[in-house]
Amino acid sequence: MTARLRTAVVLAVLALLLIIAAAAALLVGAADTSSVIITEIRAPRIALTLIVGAGLGISGALLQGTLRNPLADPGIIGVSASAALGAVIAIALGAAIWPAGSTGMPLSGIPWIPALGATLAGVAGMALVLWIARAGSGRTEVVTLVLGGVAVTAFAAALVSVVVAVSDTAGARSTTFWTTGSLALATWPGVWTTLPFLVLALLVAGLVARNLDVLALGDRAAWAAGVDVDRTRLLALAGAVLAVSAGVAVVGVIAFVGLVVPHAVRMLIGPRHGALLAGSALAGALLLLVADTIARTVVSPVELPLGVVTALIGAPVFVVLLRRTRAAQGGWA
Amino acid sequence: MNARVEARGVSVRDRLVDVSVAVAPGEVHALVGPNGSGKSTLLAVLAGDLLPDTGTVLLESESWSRTSARVAARRRALLAQETPLAFPFTVREVVSWGRLPWRGTEATTHDTGVIEAVVAEHGLGELLDRPVTSLSGGERARVHLARVLAQRAPVLLLDEADAALDLAGQAHLDAAIRRRRDAGDAIVIVGHDLGRLAALADSATLLARGRAVGQGSANATLTADALTQAYGVSVSIATAGGRRIFWSEG
Repeated sequence: MTARLRTAVVLAVLALLLIIAAAAALLVGAADTSSVIITEIRAPRIALTLIVGAGLGISGALLQGTLRNPLADPGIIGVSASAALGAVIAIALGAAIWPAGSTGMPLSGIPWIPALGATLAGVAGMALVLWIARAGSGRTEVVTLVLGGVAVTAFAAALVSVVVAVSDTAGARSTTFWTTGSLALATWPGVWTTLPFLVLALLVAGLVARNLDVLALGDRAAWAAGVDVDRTRLLALAGAVLAVSAGVAVVGVIAFVGLVVPHAVRMLIGPRHGALLAGSALAGALLLLVADTIARTVVSPVELPLGVVTALIGAPVFVVLLRRTRAAQGGWA
Repeated sequence: MNARVEARGVSVRDRLVDVSVAVAPGEVHALVGPNGSGKSTLLAVLAGDLLPDTGTVLLESESWSRTSARVAARRRALLAQETPLAFPFTVREVVSWGRLPWRGTEATTHDTGVIEAVVAEHGLGELLDRPVTSLSGGERARVHLARVLAQRAPVLLLDEADAALDLAGQAHLDAAIRRRRDAGDAIVIVGHDLGRLAALADSATLLARGRAVGQGSANATLTADALTQAYGVSVSIATAGGRRIFWSEG
């Protein structure tokens, strides 16, 4: 089984690179390497980067597989922007219910309220954009999916600005933070908030991987071949939202990672979702770690927004994929 | 002999009116009729893909209300009209999906043997590691036929399986259908090539505007008069080399 060996080697190399990159990132940066900087600033930042990057990779792979659409990505179809909106609304509401200094808020110190708000809003945004792009037979139209995502993203981002402007609590983080993402404010509580969502998404991914393969046949043929298409799609979409939303609540919207990573992994090890999902988690974590390390070191001491770096890498790839998809479908009128 | 798959008085709103059909083990049954006459609807009803508004569908004399997709796939295999594969899976992977309905049953012990058999039978040995998306239309048709046959379901439903096939591909498909018939499967085929269907089918149903306007042995059902009525154009039939040839005058 040369194909299987190749898959194992690629996954092992990705894991190894990830460990090396994480160790390097821990040591790279401004001169002072006192232990507090490493344990309280850099270590949680790296841990959060790995969680968010893995989530983006899985989310993109689940979306592309279940929508049978090569351009699906949580940022492009509007899930991430919706999650950001949910997060700021939840922060504003949370502050109204439990004002600063009040007691009685469960799990205080852990930002679970924005994570929950982001996840609910992510589900709503996903439902909305799929309703816009629905074309029957489970195949969403590429053009309407992307355009629907543009509309939902623009609307959600506008509302984020409004909430940030009117709410002091939500305004603690700028609109730029929410729309371009940053890991600069990473803390250990942020890590503990996002990790369970990622674990849940990974479990869902493992559950649907085999059936997602068969979905490539189209809904009717996949059903005839014994796959419960509705259940598979519902689980995969839920997994895609779970994988990104809590991350958005903590670090903002990070574009293009979910789009680029599954394509790169598919080129390396083929389209089988079991390996693709594992590889996308590893490669997503690796890509985001490299991007964040560049963001915080390349023009040090100034820090580039992370979304700027991922967009510089991702947008050209998106253009290439767009042209290729268009050619494959014979052009869009 | 008892029918293996049977529809009794099924109606689907605006598409099918009170149609009954029964197919026994070792029988090939053709559904014939003009576009929009209800062939594909009837096939979908037999497949369990579509629940009729009235009437029942029986599989092995057992009522077939919507069971789980997986159990359904052990009882009947459906070769639907092809949609392009979304990702470049290899021939080996796609054919192996035919065994998924048997996951968790003892039948998985036969997986390797069944896959090797269908791969050999349909000449896919050379193509195993090729992405299905890179194959010709005829090769892809063989892959999907092999995948569906790997299900080893006793009822086989083929929806215009010959649509993309050249003459060699058609001969290959017909031979495969005959082998499954001789092995005891009940087979329903839908198509527009009346000559091939007439040569292949033991029995036939002629549909027009959602109703069964003729049913019985293939020879008795597919007559020039009945086809002329059903299609609304003048249909002629001649015999050559022991086979019937159908054509219409414009």
